[in-house]
Order: sequence, then C-alpha cells, then structure tokens
Amino acid sequence: MDIEIPYNVDEREDTGLYNSKLGIWLFLASEIMLFGALFSSYIILRLNDPLPFLQGQAKLNVPLATLNTAILILSSVTFVMSWVSLKLKDISKFRIYMGITMLCSFLFLVIKYFEYESKLSNGYTPAYNNFYAVYFVVTGLHAIHIIGGIIVNGYLWLPGLKMWDTEPERFTNRIEVAGLYWHFVDLVWIFVFPSIYLL
Amino acid sequence: MSSDNHQESFIRKYIFSIDHKWIGIQYGITSLFFLLFGFILMMIMRYQLAYNVNTGLEKDIISPDMYNALGAMHGTIMVFLGVVPMVVGAFGNYLVPLQVGAPDMAFPKLNMASYWLYFVGGVVMLASFFIPDQLPAHSGWTSYVPLATLSSGPGQTFWLFGMIWLIASSLLGSTNIIVTILQLRVKGLTWMRLPFFIWAQLVTSFLLLLAFPPLQAAAIFQLSDIVLGTGFFDPWAGGSVLLYQHLFWFLAHPEVYVLILPALGIVAEIIANNIRKPLWGYKSMVYSSIWLGFMSFIVWAHHMFLTGMGTTMASFFMITTMIISIPSVVILSALFLSLWGGKIRFNTPMLFALSFLPMFGIGGLTGLPLGLATADIHLHDTYYVIGHFHYVVAPGTIFAIFAGIYYWFPKITGKTMNETLGKIHFWGSLVCMNGIFMPMFLQGLTGLSRRMANGGYDYAHAREVLWLNEVMSISAFLLFAFQLIYIFNFFWTLFRKRYSTENDPNPWQSTTIEWTDATSPPLGHGNFEKIPTVYRGAYEYSVVGHEKDFYPQTEE
Repeated sequence: MDIEIPYNVDEREDTGLYNSKLGIWLFLASEIMLFGALFSSYIILRLNDPLPFLQGQAKLNVPLATLNTAILILSSVTFVMSWVSLKLKDISKFRIYMGITMLCSFLFLVIKYFEYESKLSNGYTPAYNNFYAVYFVVTGLHAIHIIGGIIVNGYLWLPGLKMWDTEPERFTNRIEVAGLYWHFVDLVWIFVFPSIYLL
Repeated sequence: MSSDNHQESFIRKYIFSIDHKWIGIQYGITSLFFLLFGFILMMIMRYQLAYNVNTGLEKDIISPDMYNALGAMHGTIMVFLGVVPMVVGAFGNYLVPLQVGAPDMAFPKLNMASYWLYFVGGVVMLASFFIPDQLPAHSGWTSYVPLATLSSGPGQTFWLFGMIWLIASSLLGSTNIIVTILQLRVKGLTWMRLPFFIWAQLVTSFLLLLAFPPLQAAAIFQLSDIVLGTGFFDPWAGGSVLLYQHLFWFLAHPEVYVLILPALGIVAEIIANNIRKPLWGYKSMVYSSIWLGFMSFIVWAHHMFLTGMGTTMASFFMITTMIISIPSVVILSALFLSLWGGKIRFNTPMLFALSFLPMFGIGGLTGLPLGLATADIHLHDTYYVIGHFHYVVAPGTIFAIFAGIYYWFPKITGKTMNETLGKIHFWGSLVCMNGIFMPMFLQGLTGLSRRMANGGYDYAHAREVLWLNEVMSISAFLLFAFQLIYIFNFFWTLFRKRYSTENDPNPWQSTTIEWTDATSPPLGHGNFEKIPTVYRGAYEYSVVGHEKDFYPQTEE
C-alpha cells in the first residue's frame, strides 16, 4: 500500500520547509560536527608538534590544489544553474549544466589521484608522519564525500530524470537538496585548501 | 496472483519493511536479543568474580584477557546495541508517528536503511567473538588509546568497523525522528500539547545527530592508526592520547542523556496515565529537557579529571556538571510531585515506572561526588562508578523499557500481558537489581578497581567487602531467573488467543492519539483511518465537568 507522507513536496507553513530540505540541513549539521572534529584534531596535533607540518606543507602542490579549488567552485556554480534551469522548465539546459558538474567532479578526482600518486610514490605514506596522516585522512574523507555526490548526482542526471515527467516539482526539490549537499562538500574544500595547503 | 508476487510482498512487509511500526518491532526484537546477550556475558563475569578467585588463577573459567573482552563487549552491546536501539529505535519508531498523528516517519526508506545498518553493525560486533585464536575488543567499552591501538589485534578493528555502521544508522534514525516531529505533527498539535515522550525523543535525536560525529572522527583516526600505521594517538609520533578521550567523551557524555531522556519520556507517559491527573510542571519538564540537551555538550571532561588535563579545565567541567544536575532534578521532582493527590493505579507498567524514580534518584545523586574533582580522585575507576551508572541505566532505563513494553504491548498486539506474572517479574527484578548494584558502592568506597578479573582477591583494602562478590553474583543469577518469567509472559501473551475482553483499543483509558485514534494493533501502513485533529494538551485527566476521567486530545 502506497501512502502519502504530508509535506513531501509542499512546504509546511510554520517551518517553511519540505521534509527532505529539513532532512538535508540536519544531515549537514551532523557533517559539520564530523569535519569540526577533524579540523580541531588537526589544530591540536599541529600545536603538539609543528615541525613535520611545516616541512610537509612545503612539499604540497599548491598550483594543482588551486586548480582543484577553481574546478570545485565552478561545479557548484553549474549546479545552481542546473537547478535554475529546472525552475525555468528547460530540461535540455539542465542536462548540460548537470553534465558540466559531473565532468568537474571527475576532473577533481583525477587531479587528486595524481596528487596522491606523487606523494605515495615518494614514500610519503600516511604513516610517514602526522602531517601526512592528517593530509590523507582529511582529504580522503572529503574525496569520499565527492564520490558520494557523484553517485547521487549521476543518478539524478540520467536514470532519476524520468521523475521529471511525472512529478516535476518533486524532482526539482531533489536537485535542490542534492545541491545543498554539493555546496557543503565544496565549502569543506574551501576550508581544507587554505588550512592544509597554505597556512 | 503469482507466487513470485506474493514472495515480494512478504519481503517488503516483514524483512525490508518501510512501515515504521514493523521497523520499530524489528528494532525491539533485535535489541532485546542483544540485551539478553549482554546480560549473559555479564553472568559469566560474575561467576568468575564470585567463585573462582579464592582458588587461584588455575581454576579460572576465563582468562584475564577474556574477562577484559567480556567487559568491553558487555558495555558496547548494552549501550550501543541494546538500550539506545530499544529506546530510540524501537519506542521512537513505533510511537513517534502514532503520537503526532503521522501516517509514517518522514522518510520511510531511510528508516528501513537505518535498521539494516544497525543490524550489520550488530553482526560485525558479534562476529568479533568468532575470530580464530583471537579475542574480541578487550580495551574497555571506551577503547582508550594507546591500549586499544597497541594490544587489541583484529578484535579492535572489528569493533571500530561495527561502530562506524552503528553511527551511520543513528544518523539516519535521528534525522528521521526530528523531521517527523517538526514536519508531520497533525493540525492543532502545538508544541506545548505534545506528549512529554515526544519532547524527550526530539532532544535525544538532536544529541545523537550532533554528538556522534566526533566519535566517528575518533573511530576513523583509531582505525587508520591500526590499519594504515598513522600516529594520531601515538605520543612517539607526535600524536595525542588525550585527544582520543576528548573525542570519545564528547559523544559519550551526551550518550548518557540519550540513554536516560527517552526513559524519562516513557515514565512520564505511564505515570500521567496511572495517576489520572495532569503532570505537575509539564512546561518546566519540557524546558528542563532542552536545557539538559544543551548542557550535555559541555560536561564531557568530567570523565577525565585524572588524565592530567589541568585544574583549570577540571574546575570548568566541575561547574558545568553541577549545573546539569539541576534540570535532571527538576524533571524528577516534577514526576514525584505529580503523584501527590493522584488516584494511583498500581498495575505492572506503573510499578516499573514508579520504581524508576527512586532508582534513577540513587543513580543521579551518587553521581554528584564523581562530578567533584576532589572526590573523584578517590572514586575514579572503582566499583562505585559502576554502581552509579548502572543505577541510572539498569534499574533506571531498563525498568523504563520494561514499563514501556508492558504499557504499549496491548497497542502493538491487541493483547495485555499477564498481571500476576508481571508483578512477580517486577518485585523479583527490583530486589535483585539492588542486590547487584548496592554492594558496589561499598566495594568502591574501599577503592576496589573496576577492572580486576579476580574480583579484588589480592587487594588488601577490599578484604572486608570481598564477601559481597557472592551476594552480587547470586543476585545476578536470580535476576536472570526472574527474566525467564518475563520472557515466558511475553511469548505466551503473544501467541495466545485474543480474549473477548480485549476489544477496547484504549485499555488504559489514555488521552494520547496512539490510543484514541488508532486500532490495536494499528492499521497497516498509514496508521489512521481518518487523519486526527488535536484540540487539547496531552494530559487532560480528571477534567472537571467532563463525563469521563480522561479527555482525549482529539476530542472536541
């Protein structure tokens, strides 16, 4: 028996939200606590023993990471454009913008792969010292979030799109929720990049 | 209809169900199993403590390492696989949508995923008992480093993997409960008309949502220390041992309130129903529970007074700890004062709920000396601590769980459990629980360490109180015997025919929506025949001028 859950698509008056939008914000609150714990631990470990952090930082590839930052910000912009296209009922533009977002996310991972590869092949494994431990665990967890985003966005881009024909409003909501997550992942990188690569 | 079709609907209905009621029952069955399993681990330990210490180590039934493993797994199983899934997963899932008048949880499929993540986490934990030639995790339920990273072997890796599943499950579950309460309340169900149980679930879910991720981080760090050879918690590599404890207790102190708040919610429902008058100070109880939730995030380091983190830190956390005892006392006092002048019905659920009050009181008050750094120096890591938190969780929360099961059993199955057997179960459990935990205070005051596999046989100061080991162990075995009565009562009621006297869907004459507007057991997926509207608060009992002594929330 299929049942109707209230406020699945429409906004509830007193909260001004539909269910999944509130859900994603709560999920992101939880994520902030996770990355908050990671960043606090990074600060504590670095204060404990600063030298390996300064030495390790000097070996990181800042130009590549800057490129990655630009790619990720671009993917966030195209994500918003894809949502706006849906609001304007322009499905072909949605496909294009979402496609660019997907391309950017894969590009980010490819660049990340080369970055990791150059570290690992030179013997800088996570076990080398605590700087590399922090570097690999924090950027690794961020990369896992990117992969999670790619799976969701890819689903919405190709097979999930058929919902557009039956429930366009619900599909637009899905894109909005996925977008909130994607912006969060982008935002995490905007904190990771200066704190690990630059400062 | 083809048989294939039938098969699919069976799986959808009973295994990968998306109906909150069935998921709640799944959570309930699984966590009751884990509660029993954790209890059996403890009985093995109690046998070791009472009967094998005087004869020397060669006659021990278990090795000291195995004793440590049983202790670590007892704690983990009871907290993360037993009590929390029971009070939040089972009671929360089953009752929250019914009490707010919703057809289901806000995200039924995530709800299903939440149960199955929990299930996998449980299987991983159980599997760690069967690693060939290896013990399960044996560094305490806290998994302190460096002990856990240096000496634990594959058991610890299993523990960490299991925890990651359980944390993911609790994330989905708590999000679902919050969204359900905020979004799916029916028309007229304003904030101050909510049953206290719903408030307790709401605060609890926020604690789970925000406190668990730092433990997730700690688990990831510890896992990478073990698997990748990093040194996050390794002082030789510039890591920090204290960091682990901070991350762990940042979860584990709010976790204490995750264990107790839903229990307070269950007890408040049952007490209000059986005194036949409104709860005294409902609003203060609500505000106190929110205050409790906030404060629980800034008391964690009172578990770490002896770690050398410094006296300034200790003073801060001592003060916050004293402050957090105020809202707990407000809630407990409101429940006590509610009894005044009530026409109390002493049925089995009410007996459990009533005894919860003094038992939780003992647990809470014995916690105060532990919250003061000076007293804690003597009492830290002794049996006094064990006595303290078990009074909160065992005759506290677990009694509330029993109360809740006896109380809502008619809702779930349409049949009421046997009262005589229930009362035997209650009185036996009450006496035995105190027989187990009261002597721990005496042992702890002599300084007896909580982790000795020989029960303190070679500890000079414990000579006077060693005989209590046998008292506690016999109490534990008797407690098990009384649980057999409960298990019999549970299954016998479940499988017997429904009596003709059990047709009333509201046998306790309650005011809340789940009793007044749903059948017993409730309809299939969707819960309500017609969506209820709420006109009044949750506890309008004995309203002057109303013909019955209860005024349902949905009656105009």
